[in-house]
Order: sequence, then structure tokens, then C-alpha cells
Amino acid sequence: MRATEFSPSIPSRPVYGGLRPHGALPSLMLAEGAGGEALAELAKADPPVMRHAQLFYVPSGAPAGPDLAARLRGLGPASYVEGPSWAALRPRFVRALADAHMGTRLYLAGSEGLIGQAMAEALAAGLPLEAIDAEHRGDIARRMQCVHCKGITENVTTDPFICAHCGLNLFVRDHYSRRIGAFQGVCVDAETPGIVPEPQEIKP
Amino acid sequence: MTSLMLRVTAAESLTPLVKRFRFEHPRGATLPLFSGGAHVVVEMPDGDMLRRNAYSLISDPQDGSGYEIAVRREDGGRGGSRFMHGGVRPGDQLRVSLPLNLFALDLRARKHVLIAGGIGITPFIAQVRQLLRMQLPFELHYAARSRTEAAGLHLLPDVPHVHAHISDEGNRMDLGAILSGQPLGTQVYTCGPEGLITAVAQSGARLGWPKSALHSEVFQAPPPGRPFEVMLARSGRTIAVGAHQSLLEALEAAEVEIDWSCRGGACGRCETRVVSCHGRIEHHDHWLSEDEQSAQTRIMPCVSRFRGESLIIDR
Repeated sequence: MRATEFSPSIPSRPVYGGLRPHGALPSLMLAEGAGGEALAELAKADPPVMRHAQLFYVPSGAPAGPDLAARLRGLGPASYVEGPSWAALRPRFVRALADAHMGTRLYLAGSEGLIGQAMAEALAAGLPLEAIDAEHRGDIARRMQCVHCKGITENVTTDPFICAHCGLNLFVRDHYSRRIGAFQGVCVDAETPGIVPEPQEIKP
Repeated sequence: MTSLMLRVTAAESLTPLVKRFRFEHPRGATLPLFSGGAHVVVEMPDGDMLRRNAYSLISDPQDGSGYEIAVRREDGGRGGSRFMHGGVRPGDQLRVSLPLNLFALDLRARKHVLIAGGIGITPFIAQVRQLLRMQLPFELHYAARSRTEAAGLHLLPDVPHVHAHISDEGNRMDLGAILSGQPLGTQVYTCGPEGLITAVAQSGARLGWPKSALHSEVFQAPPPGRPFEVMLARSGRTIAVGAHQSLLEALEAAEVEIDWSCRGGACGRCETRVVSCHGRIEHHDHWLSEDEQSAQTRIMPCVSRFRGESLIIDR
């Protein structure tokens, strides 16, 4: 599976430049599902990158399944941690950030929800934005924040959608918050209650 | 440029080459406060020349009772520091610009690492006071050739954050050690000779530091060069720039209105459009990007010079 190419949008919409080798610097790597392939390609392009890498992997949703996990472990990272979900890996990832030094690189690959949340943690820990490489792989579901109730709805695939918290019909905007790692959802029928456009599948 | 006429109330030698000056308002009024890293431009009427030099403020940013600067005598320089050392005494009045900060601390940082070489210590003296008051984590590394030349040692508080690296005591600064193992969110500030700033940039790059976390300030005097002529597009006049004069100073001498601030090629205030250029602009600024410099369509008159057939600028 190739890296997703997103159609041009407003500057707020994140685009992910892909994983590029930066040499044998200490690094944190986090991938989810098909994002593991992006790490495997990075290791192929620049084998020494793995020697100083702490690799975190969430196999869920990977078409290649357990094979990919075994391949990643086989690339010989300095440490390898696997978890059933981002939520399960998060405390260890945050701990690794707390112990990291300036000069550490972060490689993120997977869904936008994972990239956004991990990036928000990294920026909050003081990692400079320029030290982060990200590559989008896998489905294009969005993590949405309702601007009205502030609740987060994960894995949104249609526009409009119903807020999982307050039940409003929300229009999916490209307006993105780096701090919370989510797109903004705004009530679509505020002025014409009940008149909601037909939900469409979100496109990249 | 907003400025104040201030009275010199103290002039004291800190080392054989460095003198501290204190300025106060003649009627005792409180001066505007500033932030660590700010500088002022001091006007020095020297014969028929008006010199203007920028100096970092070394007094407490929260103390409006006066401004203090430290001036190193540059015998090979253009004369500004010699004027301050030789001609300025307590009781004299000098015109001093209001403080401006082009080298402020990034207060979003988790930790601040300050690296000074020689007289480059000056902006950090006020920053250290600010950091101590705000109780922010920091370390200061101060490199000097010898203890007697290290003027900053007289001005810095005796706190464990301050590390002096004195070369003739065999205690040279190890940039690799300083830049290794700093926690995430650290910002680095360097002030000193060009060589030190380059060395920090190189060590930083080798250790994977992003450029945005490395800040620096060079206060360069306008470099001398060959005399040259410039034509002013708006008036059609041609003015001559002397070997030891900057284009900005020549414009001022010709009473051409031009805005300026740092006079050291850093702030961008005097940026001037080039109408036509047959020759090569000698860019000495830190303001224009490499592409902008090589396009030769803009010039920073405070530090840059020209060599060639003809230069016409939009002034």
C-alpha cells in the first residue's frame, strides 16, 4: 500500500511529507497497521537508522497482519514495543518522549488519527516540529472534534456525520488543530434545523 | 527612530579593554523597561561625524532607573568604541535610542542554553537576570581567552547555571558536550564571533538539532571596503560612500530619509530596493536569504557595499 496523496486544500489541512532518512540519529518510531510498511521502507533506504530507533507498533488493521510485525522486529531496532492500540501504547510512548534529548527524530506512519495524536504528544513534550517525519498509510478516516461540545469522534468516514457526544449533524472541515490532533466539525444545519445534506464518503 | 537624551552617570573599566557605562534620564524619570537581549543605539557626535553603534543592554530589564552597556575597545575598528572609551565621561549627555530586542528568549522553550564568546556575553547578562526572575531552567556557557579579559565575570551573578570556559586555564568550551543530551524543548542562543556561531550551527546539525532551535546574534560593525558611488533613483543624485563609511551613513550624511534600527544587518528595517545593478553587491547582512542576495534586487545599506559599474537604488 502506497502513501496517501491528499487533494490540495486550505493551509490548515496537514499534508505528510513521508519518511525520509536522516542518518544514524536517535529516533522514536511509531506506526499503526499499514504504516509499518513505511517504516520497513525507511529501514531499507537507510539501514543504520534502526540501530538507534525505539520502535512502537500497533498491528491493528494491517492487511499484512502479524507478518509485518515480525518483519519490523526483524529490522533490528534498538527496542521494539507492540501494543493492541494507540491508547495502550501511549503511556510508554510518552515516557520515551520524556527521556528523549534534542536531536531525537520522530517517525510516524499510519492513520491521520494516530499521526495527529502522537504528534500532539511530541510537540507538548517539546520536540520541534522540524524533527518529525510523518507518512499517511491506510484508511482516510478522520478524527473530528465537535466545535460545539468539544467531544472527539474517531474514525469519521462521512460528511456530514453525527457527533458521538452531543448528536449534532457536523460538517467535516479541513480546518485542523495541531494541538489536539483533530479536524473541526461544525453544525451543518444550524440555520435550517433538520435539513441535512446527504452524507458523502470523505475523499483524501 | 525614537530616542532619548540621557546622561552618563558612570563609566567604569571592567577589564583593560571593556568599559561599563550607565545612562540615566537627566531629570531622573523612569526609562522604558525592556526584555533580556534588547539593545540600544548610542549616537556619538565625533567631530563632524555622527556615529551610531548598537550595544546590548546589560542592566536589569525590570529596572527603569537607568540603562547600562559594556563597550569593548576595538582599536582596529571604525572609531565608535574608541570614542566611548576615550571621550565619554560621567556628566556627558548622549542620544540613546529606545531599546529594541532582536534576540529575545523564546519563552515557549522548556530550557534555555546560552553560549557566549568574549564580548558576546553582553545580551546574556540581562537574559540571565530575566531567567532567574522567571525561575526558568537555563545554563550559560561563557568562553573567554583569559580570566582578566572575561568582563562578564564581573557582571554575572554567582549562580551554578553559569559555566566559565577559560582557554588559558585549559578549560575550553566543548560544544559537542553542551549540545548532547539536552532535554526536548531546549532552545540555544549564541552570541559572539562568527566562528563560534558557525561552530554551534555545525555541532547542532551533526547532533540532529533543527535550525529553528538555534538562535544567534552577531553585532557586526559595517565592514570597510573600497569607496563606491550610488545613484538615488528618486532624486537622480549620486552619492559617494567612503572606504570606512557605510552606505547608510552616506545616505544620512546626504540627508536622505531612511528608516533603520539595528545598523548591523539583522533587523531588515533599512532594506532598500535595487533599481539597477551593473556589478556585484557585497552582501554582509543576515536578513536577506541566499536567493534574495544572489538576485541583487535588494540591499541592506547598513552593512552591504557595492563593487562595479553602477548601482541605482530606490531612495
